[in-house]
Amino acid sequence: MRIRKLYLLLAALAIIAAAVFAGGCKNEAATDSQQSTGSGETAFRSLDEIKKSGEVIVGVFSDKAPFGYIDKEGNYQGYDVYFGNRLAKDLGVKVKYVSVEPANRVEYLKTGKVDIILANFTVTPERAEQVDFALPYMKVALGVVSPDGALITSPDQLKGKTLIVAKGTTAETYFTKHYPDVNLLKFDQYTETYNALVDGRGDAFSTDNTEVLAWALKNKGFTVGITSLGDTDTIAAAVHKGNKELLDFINDDIKKLAGENFFHKDYEETLAPVYGTAVSPDDLVVEGGEVKK
Amino acid sequence: MQDLGIRVLFEGENGIRLLLGLLVTIKLSVITIIASCILGTIMGMLMTLRHPAVHFITRIYLEFIRIMPQLVLLFIAYFGLTRAAGINLSGFTAAVIVFILWGTAEMGDLVRSALISIPRNQYESGAALGFSKIQLYRFIILPQALRRLIPPAMNLATRMIMTTSLVVLIGVVEMLKVGQQIIEANRYTAPTAALWIYGAIFFLYFFSCWPLTLAANCLEKRWKE
Repeated sequence: MRIRKLYLLLAALAIIAAAVFAGGCKNEAATDSQQSTGSGETAFRSLDEIKKSGEVIVGVFSDKAPFGYIDKEGNYQGYDVYFGNRLAKDLGVKVKYVSVEPANRVEYLKTGKVDIILANFTVTPERAEQVDFALPYMKVALGVVSPDGALITSPDQLKGKTLIVAKGTTAETYFTKHYPDVNLLKFDQYTETYNALVDGRGDAFSTDNTEVLAWALKNKGFTVGITSLGDTDTIAAAVHKGNKELLDFINDDIKKLAGENFFHKDYEETLAPVYGTAVSPDDLVVEGGEVKK
Repeated sequence: MQDLGIRVLFEGENGIRLLLGLLVTIKLSVITIIASCILGTIMGMLMTLRHPAVHFITRIYLEFIRIMPQLVLLFIAYFGLTRAAGINLSGFTAAVIVFILWGTAEMGDLVRSALISIPRNQYESGAALGFSKIQLYRFIILPQALRRLIPPAMNLATRMIMTTSLVVLIGVVEMLKVGQQIIEANRYTAPTAALWIYGAIFFLYFFSCWPLTLAANCLEKRWKE
């Protein structure tokens, strides 16, 4: 009897907890549209509030070199951070970086604990429902790396050959869909795929171009023959859903920065040391928010 | 090539940053372990009372904390509270609260099991000798229960130290995260650094937990006599 009562009580508690959370979320959605003054409530900070406080809080990665990382002096560095510094300068405020993880980027924005996320955030329709994306400042596509001796420079060359991919990546879905006559050799982990390529178990390996480009640079005898393939994903800054003032400010700033080729300069400072001359900046950089294929 | 990796540890502020990370880990562990021991003892004593309401509440509290993964509790305390109630805790405060809640629940159950493992006649003899309830616990029950409590409590304490590595997900940068930051920052210039950094972290964790084991052994030996 006692045990049954206990379970009933537990079940009731779980239901109450679920209701409270669901209610909390709904309230938030309802109030967001008119909340720009944000008096300590769960809200975002408006442009004026950020300027008045003298500090903009930006969420970045702290362990994703060369996009967002911490140098040996303990300072934030990288492609995303370079842009963050500039944004703060144009806002006329100081910048405070917060270290975020892929799993909690959205939560940080939704709870207003950061003003902007600049953490290599790929734009997807699902994410766009939760946060507002600014204009893109970078793009990623697939890259294909192969041995110099038998360099693959176009996807048609792969017909009947073996291509190594990692499970669950966009490369796997892309080649299954568009090139069904390519034999795929699938692995669970990245290290396995690279080892397989070095051992000659496949003719080429495909994944995000940023990843293969950096790898090919460190491994003599391999070159990225195809640097940009498939659907291009863009990477953009994100703000709290409905924070239109801040979003507009970022978008205007990105357009203005195109005049001075800002992101190419950013590339030279942060990415060029890693990718070298093997890649043209235009394969990665998006200037003025306009993606050119 | 071999000295390349270890060099990273001594470059710039790297070593100091790793130690500062250790400080965060230790601060969090010490605060929460001490608080859990005190609150857990009270909770364990409450759990042995045969009062139905107290029994239910403590039981539900314990089961709730046990079922929930620590990560979920951390997310609820840090993001959930802000979202549902507008309470904005700092990451460290949220972590301290969650770890104390968790530690108290687990410690409470350990204390309870230690208390009920003391034979009935100990309680009865004490009462027969005219000890008050407080004196009974202070001089007869707790000293005996404490000996049975030491090994499982040490287990819990070391587990809590290890689990502090989760707090990075609510923005508290502790030792393990600093290590990963250092490794990633040097990914292209010193790929072998990972082994050295993780090695250093291993030793730092080891020397954080080892004194606990030593103290436990020492106590057990002394009480055996």
